[in-house]
Amino acid sequence: MSIYMMKQETAEAKAVVVDDMFLTTDMPTTAGSKMLEGYNSLFEAEVLTRLKNAGYAVAGKTKVGEFGVDLLGETCYFGAEYEGESLQYPAALAVKNGDGKAAVVLDVNGAPRRGAAQSGLVALKPTYGRVSRYGTIPVACSGETVSVIANNGTDCREVFCAMAGHDSKDGTSLPESMTEQGKAAVNKRNKVAVLSSMLKGVNEEVQAKIAAAAEQLSKNGVEVVTIDAQTVAYAGAAWNILMSAELCNNVSRYDGVKYGYRTKNYTNIDELYTNSRTEAFGDFLKSAILFGSETLSTENYSKVYDKAMRVRRVIRDDMAAMLADCDALLMPAVSTLSYDRTLVERDKYLPYKENFFTAPASITGFPVVVAGGVQLVGNAFSEELLLDLAELV
Amino acid sequence: MEYEVVIGCEVHVELKTKTKIFCSCPTDFGGAPNTHVCPVCLGLPGTLPVLNKKVLEYAIKAGLAMNCEIAHFSKFDRKNYFYPDLTKAYQISQFDLPICKNGYIDIETSQGAKRIGITRIHMEEDAGKLVHQGATITTSAGSLADYNRAGVPLIEIVSEPDMRSAEDVMAFLTNLKAIIEYTGVSDARMEQGSLRCDVNLSLRPVGQEVFGTRAEIKNLNSFRAVERVVKYEIERQTEILEAGGKVVQETRTWDDGKGITLSLRSKEDSDEYRYFPDPDLTPIIVTDAYIEELRASLPEMPQVKRQRMMEEDGLPAYDAGVITASKALADFYDGVHAHYNDTKKISNWIMVELLAKVNAEGIELADVKIRPEQMAALLKLIDAGEISGKIAKKVFGEMFATGKDAEAIIKEQGLVQISDEGALKEMVAAVVEANPKSVEDYKAGKKKAMGFLVGQIMKASKGQANPAVINQLLTEKLDSM
Repeated sequence: MSIYMMKQETAEAKAVVVDDMFLTTDMPTTAGSKMLEGYNSLFEAEVLTRLKNAGYAVAGKTKVGEFGVDLLGETCYFGAEYEGESLQYPAALAVKNGDGKAAVVLDVNGAPRRGAAQSGLVALKPTYGRVSRYGTIPVACSGETVSVIANNGTDCREVFCAMAGHDSKDGTSLPESMTEQGKAAVNKRNKVAVLSSMLKGVNEEVQAKIAAAAEQLSKNGVEVVTIDAQTVAYAGAAWNILMSAELCNNVSRYDGVKYGYRTKNYTNIDELYTNSRTEAFGDFLKSAILFGSETLSTENYSKVYDKAMRVRRVIRDDMAAMLADCDALLMPAVSTLSYDRTLVERDKYLPYKENFFTAPASITGFPVVVAGGVQLVGNAFSEELLLDLAELV
Repeated sequence: MEYEVVIGCEVHVELKTKTKIFCSCPTDFGGAPNTHVCPVCLGLPGTLPVLNKKVLEYAIKAGLAMNCEIAHFSKFDRKNYFYPDLTKAYQISQFDLPICKNGYIDIETSQGAKRIGITRIHMEEDAGKLVHQGATITTSAGSLADYNRAGVPLIEIVSEPDMRSAEDVMAFLTNLKAIIEYTGVSDARMEQGSLRCDVNLSLRPVGQEVFGTRAEIKNLNSFRAVERVVKYEIERQTEILEAGGKVVQETRTWDDGKGITLSLRSKEDSDEYRYFPDPDLTPIIVTDAYIEELRASLPEMPQVKRQRMMEEDGLPAYDAGVITASKALADFYDGVHAHYNDTKKISNWIMVELLAKVNAEGIELADVKIRPEQMAALLKLIDAGEISGKIAKKVFGEMFATGKDAEAIIKEQGLVQISDEGALKEMVAAVVEANPKSVEDYKAGKKKAMGFLVGQIMKASKGQANPAVINQLLTEKLDSM
């Protein structure tokens, strides 16, 4: 299948697929970029080691958009996946195809959640710091999280448990003591809040999904309330600044000097840098680099980047306050259940707009479960509770 | 017009931790290229930095030793620039929340005592080393990169622009080096690159408040170079201003061979480092208890030690200054003093005999074979009249070369002082007999002849005769003639 970098024959019942943001030693790791075409890592991602130790086998790698920041992989140097005119998320396709009981993916900018929502799968993006990022291609380090997509919550839970836990190689990995404390502090309220401010711009199909989820929860005895949380609606704007800034910085190491693509067309070091990057990076990534670079300039730092950091804190505090009183915040993951090819090709900035829905969990590091086509965002360490709720929708 | 010189320094000090700042590679100096590296310090994608706690401890110790406030909340930032000596295209450093700030170092100069402010001290990682086939990377046919040094921990110490002369700068650097050495956080050896200095220098008309335009001269790696740079820049900038010109704000480099500074780049087109907080490293929280624990672990600082040597040991300021400028030397002094009381004699022997040998051999004090208690024993032998000062110097030379005890050397080489009157009387008689002219001179009132005769007797005894006894016997003999 074209969605794979390389597919390995495995008879294992506990097979998983991983996306191409994870470093592997037996297959190349490209992050969907020409820059890293054929890049072979010297070491493998920590989560893969843990999965193997738990008896899982890696069945293959699924494609990602260049450095994982786009909608669903449409910027992948090795080609996008369409079913008819509908854009498809490669990791979701692999799960639906039964190539693995789950896909282990890096959620940089919400693609796995969009993919799961549109495919009717379950996705879990755990609390930031609960799963090691060691061995994942860094893009937006302050928010990206190793996540799972599966057919159901049970499989998500199983794979998550096999990966989670403190890793001394990752300075942002949470110590066990903190995780235990955090988990103990999670209280079930039997209440879910729909964020009305997050329903902006969604089509009827998605609105129906939200209504259906709310109805299912109510039917199962969960109180459903509506909150108008204005600050959360700014998560996307703030996240675009922080993500682009970190991306710009993280992809600077691909300069053609030590590994990765090197231009043939240079006579000095500056041309080597410029031409290697010009020739190997795609347009969407370049625009993100330019934007990110601007946000960090001396002129813009305090009025753009620093402000986004402050907004991040306000949103986190506001959401934590809301979550003190309920188990989850119910919101859409996407504006539509299918991205049409013409739309994707016409609006190059769609990923910056669609992440309006996914940014609140990305920017706060709160856990989120996608089920029934909607997102349930919970307080830190509430993965179990969210997966329980997901069973109901 | 009269100009006032304004100088500030930025000093990079390599910390003496066993492993690098964010990985467990060794920091050892001088390995074959790219042998002290791993995926983390090579900045390969997917690696993450984890702070070596020793680095924090050492940075705080240095800050406390320089009277700084220690930040309870501090963080690491990424400093972006493209250059192949960086493995990630950014350096992990500290920008707006350094670990230490608002400290000072006291100095003594011919103008008196002075306090030089320390603006801040921050932690960062060192970069790799490039070797170009040609003068620079732009004219190079090819360049070789060695990343052994990438990720070695550094502290950058930034001073206030409080210095006004080359003498101030030298006193500041000498004290800074001594303080660092005392804390044990670095070897602080300029010649090995574990202490590097950037100088910021500007001139302003005497009486003017506003600073003039400054030039920054980077990467000076010897005290002598710093002194020469300061003197050269004062002259260069004075000439420009006298001619009615304007000093350009720029970074300059020092050409040691030609003894001049050269423009490297102007400030306008650099310094856009796009700093931002490193998301891979959580903020550094330091408690008061930890700060106090580190403060208590600090040894006596050179300034205090110097004062104590002057007050309690009665040493002259100069002696105390020389001995306390190096921790190893001060420790050696203390070691001798623990077994021997004549402090001035200890200081003389250290400053004259020991330092002369150390400098002549070009070795480090740490590698000196003589132990302090051995030196104490030698000085006691002189006091007891067992050996003369002259013999003692010979014995000392032997001790320095072999590390043997003074007594063993004296015994082996038969250097014991001859104080036995019977043996000496014979030597006196023989010399007097062999030098009738000198005896005549002495009798005629030329007292200098006495010195000559003593010298002859000393020579005959191969320096082993006790000079006091000789003097007495010779006077008796001459007076009786």
